[in-house]
Amino acid sequence: MGTFIQLVVDGLAMGSIYGAIALAIVLVNQSTGMINFAQGGMAVLSAYFAYALLGMGLPLILAILVAVAISFVLGALIERLLMRRFESGDPDTAVVVTIGLLTLITGIAGMVWSYNNLQFPSLFPPDSFSVLGAAVSWRSLGTFLTIAAIMVLLQLMFQKTKVGLALRAVADNPKSSAFSGLPVGRLLMIGWGLAAALGAVAGALVAPRLSLTPGMLDGALVYALAAVILGGASSPIGVVFAAWLIGVLENLAAVYVPFIGHDLKIAVPFVLLFVVLLVRPQGLYGRKTVVRV
Amino acid sequence: MTLLELVDVTASYGPVRVLEGVSLSVPEGGAVGILGANGAGKTTTLRAISGVVRTTGVIRFDGDDIRGLRPDQVAARGIAHVPEGRGTLPNLTVRENLMVGAYLRKDRRELATDVDYLLDLFPNLAARISHNASAMSGGEQQMLAIARAFMAKPRLLILDEPSLGLAPSTAKNVYEAIRRLRRESGIAMLVVEQNANLAFSIVDTATVLETGRSVLTGTSAELKGRDEIRRAYLGG
Repeated sequence: MGTFIQLVVDGLAMGSIYGAIALAIVLVNQSTGMINFAQGGMAVLSAYFAYALLGMGLPLILAILVAVAISFVLGALIERLLMRRFESGDPDTAVVVTIGLLTLITGIAGMVWSYNNLQFPSLFPPDSFSVLGAAVSWRSLGTFLTIAAIMVLLQLMFQKTKVGLALRAVADNPKSSAFSGLPVGRLLMIGWGLAAALGAVAGALVAPRLSLTPGMLDGALVYALAAVILGGASSPIGVVFAAWLIGVLENLAAVYVPFIGHDLKIAVPFVLLFVVLLVRPQGLYGRKTVVRV
Repeated sequence: MTLLELVDVTASYGPVRVLEGVSLSVPEGGAVGILGANGAGKTTTLRAISGVVRTTGVIRFDGDDIRGLRPDQVAARGIAHVPEGRGTLPNLTVRENLMVGAYLRKDRRELATDVDYLLDLFPNLAARISHNASAMSGGEQQMLAIARAFMAKPRLLILDEPSLGLAPSTAKNVYEAIRRLRRESGIAMLVVEQNANLAFSIVDTATVLETGRSVLTGTSAELKGRDEIRRAYLGG
């Protein structure tokens, strides 16, 4: 029982990281209709920013917050200066541009900070507490709660606020939104900025666990994309639940299903994905997009 | 008083010039039609006003030069554009579509009154207020597009072929609602329409376009039966 709880809690913590990246992807997807493959890379870069700020003597929490703010600006600038050129064209071209961006960012991070593992301190205390015989680390619980809170805030923003509605409107039909006076360009910058800021939070939360390297979130990006598809790209709550499910199932399968083990556990979310796409192509929580001709 | 004035406006899509010189004016509270054959430049004229295409010439609204503004800036001046093919937001609900229409408004209290008014005008929308726009029929989407534009409380409503793709009886209903909107709000309108009879049911005057040029302007009574009108629709 103790092992089981521990696996679930650790799975939720790791799932929360996938969830944060997935949320960032959803944010961009909700405002631009495209998938940003560089989202994980941008989050790693943000973690390096926090690392550099730490090196300059800032306290950890402040370093992370400043890195989040820098990431917001950087995300907005990437939209304005780079992605804007591709938004009116073929969506596939824009997606390929984000893959290029991922390569570029990874390369720059490697050039500046090297490809070696760097130690990044955790926001949460390193010790654990005991629940029903399981050792639950503060780090896992803190990661989980932070991402859960952000998910709720994002859902509220999209559903209840004017800027949330505006972001969704721009994703749906940018030309027509402009006719209602929505400043489309500025809203896209906000969407990209928020996504980058969210990625920065994820980067800072996961860096202590994985240790900081340019490719730190490459694996998480794959899981995050699985969560986006599983949860349905239109639903922030859906993708986080999907990410938690992936994190937990992956952990449980590695221990309880003998032939999977740690080597094959990466296949678990994709088997799940395959089944869900067969049964419910719009994702677990997503709304079906109907196109009339 | 003139609300909107176009003088010798040209417009191009890349190297292809579509408008060669269009002049027209819409008086405060007036309703003006733009008539012409396919490809005469009717839709492009509306897009020129909204800032979607690159233009030369003079586009003046309420005394100010608005040529070169972005579409959202034009909207902020008080021009609401219902584009060709409706331009609803398919994955947003009917209510959300209306709220997006009201994006620039500050008078939050009056919003509810206006929503009620529009739902009374378009009962079909009331029944589907929480449905996604994509789930509605073509006629209902056209009504939603008009209602959304009206939510902006514009001074000028630009309508691009409201009857396009609708069954004749549905088109009649849509025009009935437009007439009522105009009567009750006194809002100025600029309407592009293929169906001249439908257009003449709401406009006071009309401008006829031929191959990107305005060739004739007159009241409905003057224009009915003119050769230019026949040419515009039969393509002479």
